[in-house]
Amino acid sequence: MDATHAHDHGHDHHPSGLMRWIKTTNHKDIGTLYLWFALIMFFVAGSMAMMIRAELFEPGMQFMHPEFFNQLTTMHGLIMIFGVIMPAFTGFANWQVPLMIGAPDMAFPRMNNWSFWLLPVAAIFLIGEFFLPGGAVAGGWTMYPPLFIQGGMSYDLNIFAVHIMGASSIMGSINIITTILNMRAPGMTMMKMPMFVWTWLITAYLLIATMPVLAGAVTMLLTDRHFGTHFFNAAGGGDPVMFQHIFWFFGHPEVYILILPAFGIISQIIPTFARKPLFGYASMVYATGSIAILSFIVWGHHMFTVGMPAAGQLFFMYSTMLIAVPTGVKVFNWVATMWKGSMTFETPMLFAVAFVCLFTMGGFSGLVLAITPVDIQLQDTYYVVAHFHYVLVSGALFSIFAGAYYWLPKWTGHMYDEKLGKLHFWLSVISMNILFFPMHFLGLAGMPRRIPDYALQFTQFNQIASIGGFIFGASQLIFLIVVLKAVRGGAKATDKVWEGAEGLEWTLPSPAPYHTFETAPMVK
Amino acid sequence: METHQDRYYLAPPSHWPIVGSIALMLLAFGFVMDLNGMGNGKLVMLAGAGVLLFMLFGWFGTVIRESEAGKYNDQVDLSFRWSMSWFIFSEVMFFAAFFGALFYTRTISVPGLGSGETMLQLWPHYTATWPTAGPGLASKFTPMEAWGIPAINTLLLLTSGLTVTWAHWGLKKNNRTQLVLGLILTVALGMCFLGLQAYEYHEAYTKLGLTLGAGVYGATFFMLTGFHGFHVTVGTIMLIVILFRSMAGHFKPSHHFAFEAVSWYWHFVDVVWLLLFVVVYWL
Repeated sequence: MDATHAHDHGHDHHPSGLMRWIKTTNHKDIGTLYLWFALIMFFVAGSMAMMIRAELFEPGMQFMHPEFFNQLTTMHGLIMIFGVIMPAFTGFANWQVPLMIGAPDMAFPRMNNWSFWLLPVAAIFLIGEFFLPGGAVAGGWTMYPPLFIQGGMSYDLNIFAVHIMGASSIMGSINIITTILNMRAPGMTMMKMPMFVWTWLITAYLLIATMPVLAGAVTMLLTDRHFGTHFFNAAGGGDPVMFQHIFWFFGHPEVYILILPAFGIISQIIPTFARKPLFGYASMVYATGSIAILSFIVWGHHMFTVGMPAAGQLFFMYSTMLIAVPTGVKVFNWVATMWKGSMTFETPMLFAVAFVCLFTMGGFSGLVLAITPVDIQLQDTYYVVAHFHYVLVSGALFSIFAGAYYWLPKWTGHMYDEKLGKLHFWLSVISMNILFFPMHFLGLAGMPRRIPDYALQFTQFNQIASIGGFIFGASQLIFLIVVLKAVRGGAKATDKVWEGAEGLEWTLPSPAPYHTFETAPMVK
Repeated sequence: METHQDRYYLAPPSHWPIVGSIALMLLAFGFVMDLNGMGNGKLVMLAGAGVLLFMLFGWFGTVIRESEAGKYNDQVDLSFRWSMSWFIFSEVMFFAAFFGALFYTRTISVPGLGSGETMLQLWPHYTATWPTAGPGLASKFTPMEAWGIPAINTLLLLTSGLTVTWAHWGLKKNNRTQLVLGLILTVALGMCFLGLQAYEYHEAYTKLGLTLGAGVYGATFFMLTGFHGFHVTVGTIMLIVILFRSMAGHFKPSHHFAFEAVSWYWHFVDVVWLLLFVVVYWL
């Protein structure tokens, strides 16, 4: 496949400068936009985390009002989830899915553009909230009533930001599903698809099944706020707990939306650097599907303390634990892939191995929390914070770093700086554990989350966590430097980039030409 | 050089998406301004709606021109089919949130308020029956009767499902009169439905005391039927568009995905109504 082929068809005449990015219908351009957007939002939401850790360095109030602290924790969560992790994965999907299945582009290039360009609107809304009277939303990213119903103007803006991000996700998912189902090259059967494509297909289904439910939930919040409905008000026969049920029907599949693409990325990287095919490919596919299906029947474990019949608690406890089975299948498969492989440890592999170890730890603390009587003790403590940061930072985020290092040479045509990459890895992995590991102890000792002040006995662990946090935050600037350096220049990358790399994307030149696979390749 | 039909059609760079983003930003921000009593909210919303209309005409116009120019091959056609199916599925899940709210209030929250400690501590005189405005509101209302306008509306929508299928048969036999007539009938039935629903809402507000604020019954009633009505409105507009396109000679017996998409959507709206009729009005 050569780049010049595209000239026959006239659709590569794209505008230059800013208009290229605004009007683009090219999956690679749009993938790049998603990834830069995610990186910028990463530093925005990350700086909020830095402020949180600064305030928590000592007991008592240091730098801010408690209301502002609550705004920071809320917006840190919302932006990290909807503005960083999800757009970054969508960026990977845009770049990689057509390359991996041998498609000329995404199925709906214009809608693809819209999916991206809705995100800056939502970002303006979310960040703009800080500048409105009363400041940003402060009731936690979960938006629970009655707090959410009592807030000011920024709460309305937040509702519409969620609507817009939901629309973006639904369109993006429809695009990805259609691309995967209908645009595969001849011979690329479903069970030959790279694992990353499979995980995104399943993620996209989770998105179109749950995002509309979230839209419904926040619409009810809006009407309760302004149009006199009583969905979440007991005086009118409603129930604030109902919001939690609807929200977590979305929210629990959402956490798998945040991790399944990560599983996909890791399943691409480990075979490459172990120089062995992925162990148990079919079982990986079925495990991913099982996790997705189970994710719809476990939402109650987020609500053990709000009141629920014992039968309900038992059901949600056991169904939650059941998810450990397919997840365990995946972890064992990754380990078995590495077993007796000729492994090398370039930066993507380092992040992937750290993912396997640390994500598994986050999974174990999740199992601890799944046990209802334990959860009743640990609900809303730092143990929960430790748990979900192990799965989201050393899980989702590390997989994004791994994927970025893995595919940067294919995207930019240049090798990244391996020394700086390794420095980024070691600083991140060490500081991440200094940051989050003590939170387990804090939670077990009873320190509540989302509170800007704490009792004296929690001071030491908080100081350790804060120091880890500052090192982690500073280390991410190294990543920015690595990316910028690779974009600007560096050693020329070969087509295959990695010795053990397999798959269609590695048959293309590096950087991948603007239009690829205009004539579908044959897959044997 | 191969012809266009052999290749999957890839759209050239387009400004319509960013126009759509600006439209939604104006609409949403204007709405927030209006809800919070800031002066020009309605004006901003109006501007947003204008830009949105401009975008819809432009974007769909482009798609229609591309389709009529024969740029969409069978593979593109199949993409449209997959995407419309999953779009409708996402709509189903949107309604599921509100149906879920209805089931939850009827089986959990209302009985919970009328029994045990909750009742004794909070509202000891509350008898939990459906329909209810809840224990704490003074609002008195008469619930909506199923076997009046709603039953007629059910008939109208079911009939419109038949007429749109009859129109589709006409299109497939290349009988353009049947196609146009079927669509006109469908649009008319859809409009009758909407007219009757408007009348029903008017009656509810003026005579029955049934409003959005009438507790959880009023909330679920108006949100479910309201969102359904909104979807019928959108469906009717879509039907009008393909009616005009049919009269302009668009669509071929073998190639008419836009028609099918609208009819799928119309049937979806129909099915949602049947569920609404049973669980909101009847039971």
